[in-house]
Amino acid sequence: MIVAKRKPFDEIKQLLKGYKKVLNIGCGTCVAVCLTGGEKEVSVLNMEIDMARKLEDNPIQIDGFTIERQCDREYLEALDNRVNDYQALLSMACGAGIQFLAERYPHIPVLPAVDTTFIGVNQAVGWYEERCRSCSSCVLGLTGGICPVTMCAKGLYNGPCGGTNKGMCEIDSSQPCAWFMIYERLKEQGRLDCILEITPPVDWLNQIPRTLVQPGYKKPE
Amino acid sequence: MKSGSNLEKVLLAGHFAFTGELGPPRGTSAEEVRQKASFLKDHVDAVNITDNQTAVVRMASWAASLILLQEGLEPNYQMVCRDRNRLAMQSDILGAYALGIRNMLCLSGDHVKFGDHPTAKGVFDIDSMQLIHTVKRMRDEGKFLGGADVEHPPRIFIGAASNPFADPFEWRVHRLAKKISAGVDFVQTQCIYNMEKFRTFIKMANDMGLTEKVYILAGVTPMKSVGMANYMKSKVPGMDVPDDVIKRLKGAEKGKVAEEGIKMACEQIEEFKTMKGVAGVHLMAIEWEHKVPEIAERAGVLPRPKV
Ligand code: SF4
Ligand code: SF4
Repeated sequence: MIVAKRKPFDEIKQLLKGYKKVLNIGCGTCVAVCLTGGEKEVSVLNMEIDMARKLEDNPIQIDGFTIERQCDREYLEALDNRVNDYQALLSMACGAGIQFLAERYPHIPVLPAVDTTFIGVNQAVGWYEERCRSCSSCVLGLTGGICPVTMCAKGLYNGPCGGTNKGMCEIDSSQPCAWFMIYERLKEQGRLDCILEITPPVDWLNQIPRTLVQPGYKKPE
Repeated sequence: MKSGSNLEKVLLAGHFAFTGELGPPRGTSAEEVRQKASFLKDHVDAVNITDNQTAVVRMASWAASLILLQEGLEPNYQMVCRDRNRLAMQSDILGAYALGIRNMLCLSGDHVKFGDHPTAKGVFDIDSMQLIHTVKRMRDEGKFLGGADVEHPPRIFIGAASNPFADPFEWRVHRLAKKISAGVDFVQTQCIYNMEKFRTFIKMANDMGLTEKVYILAGVTPMKSVGMANYMKSKVPGMDVPDDVIKRLKGAEKGKVAEEGIKMACEQIEEFKTMKGVAGVHLMAIEWEHKVPEIAERAGVLPRPKV
């Protein structure tokens, strides 16, 4: 899933400066699962904002509304007859959701309430870890299911570098070295031949905005 | 001959090579580079010029390399993958060659986290393995990475680093083998303190026939103090400093620790001279350049061969 974290409160306050009537829109999918931007988080943030603005003697009307997915038109539709009552929209969805919202209502300022952080996994309640940088050419088949782009601090395709230290990465003695893990796993599986060959320079396919149309949905030529 | 560099000729003629290292200044003083170079002149076959070493901004390594050329020394131009993408790398290689640089050392580079701009974006467009192959392809096939022809290909003697001590130990020789198939001509190792482990590494490399395909220069850095040894042991990633090295330095008479460090380095060099598979020594006496003449003299590697 996509993991995000709430922006520092002061930054959100700064973004809302000058607005008196704002709708805070949550998203019920990834950011709800990682406890950042779902229905509950929307009401908590709204309460904080309300209180802070009251204390400043500058009250704001901040309402909340959470839709299933902000990255999906089907769900955004539910907002069509609500948003026009507001001076600005605050979004607690990931960066993609926020942009889709802004694209649908180009006449209203749309402001982010979260920092979209990574694509990751749920390690335990409230604990998430990054696993993928969506490079568009996955090499997990060669690297024992461990992503060198994400998990190696230098994103090396032919590791480990000379800095690997007793199985840990040179940047931090608590961060496992991805290439050490790749080696260990492949060795265990008897597949070290996967990394004996040199991996050639990568075609970086994530340098421009990407589009995917599934084959079954392509328009006939 | 691949490049005709002095280092290549020395190695090809079967001499025991001796290379040095110089860190460019954190400023614009060419004089400082010249000053350091003057200690190395006639005492080494080539001088590594570090590239923003430990991710700290310094004078460009190609620029400091040119100053060395002016002074009549041969540079070994270091290039890390951390700071530039494949376009910048290839254009720097063309420029460096055009101006007389003949040796190059291809490295990944320390992570930016260690340096003076810890939040910079590390580039790593290609890694050191891929860089080696890029230079080789430019030289031998006259092709850029993108496939276009290089006019007047650069004839570079290609070097790389090898750390025999990083884990997993069994993998180190395979990594060396990978670098050889990528096209490396010579390898300089991480500073060696654990001789036992290094002997095992070289034996493995000999057994795999690797030392017939690449010149290995053993890395030596004399310890200046007990503090330095402790720091290297605990703080420098991938460094292996056994306890008995520290013990021996501690046992030295007051004021004689550095002397003991040099003595240990000379003993190591003596052993490397006769070690099968070792083609020379790379002496990294950073910020201790003025000691190089003395170390070279005592290690019995002078005069340097004229080839
Ligand atoms: S290689 Fe890594 S970044 Fe690329 S798609 Fe696979 S997991 Fe994601
Ligand atoms: S130590 Fe391992 S994870 Fe860290 S940069 Fe080097 S190869 Fe990558």
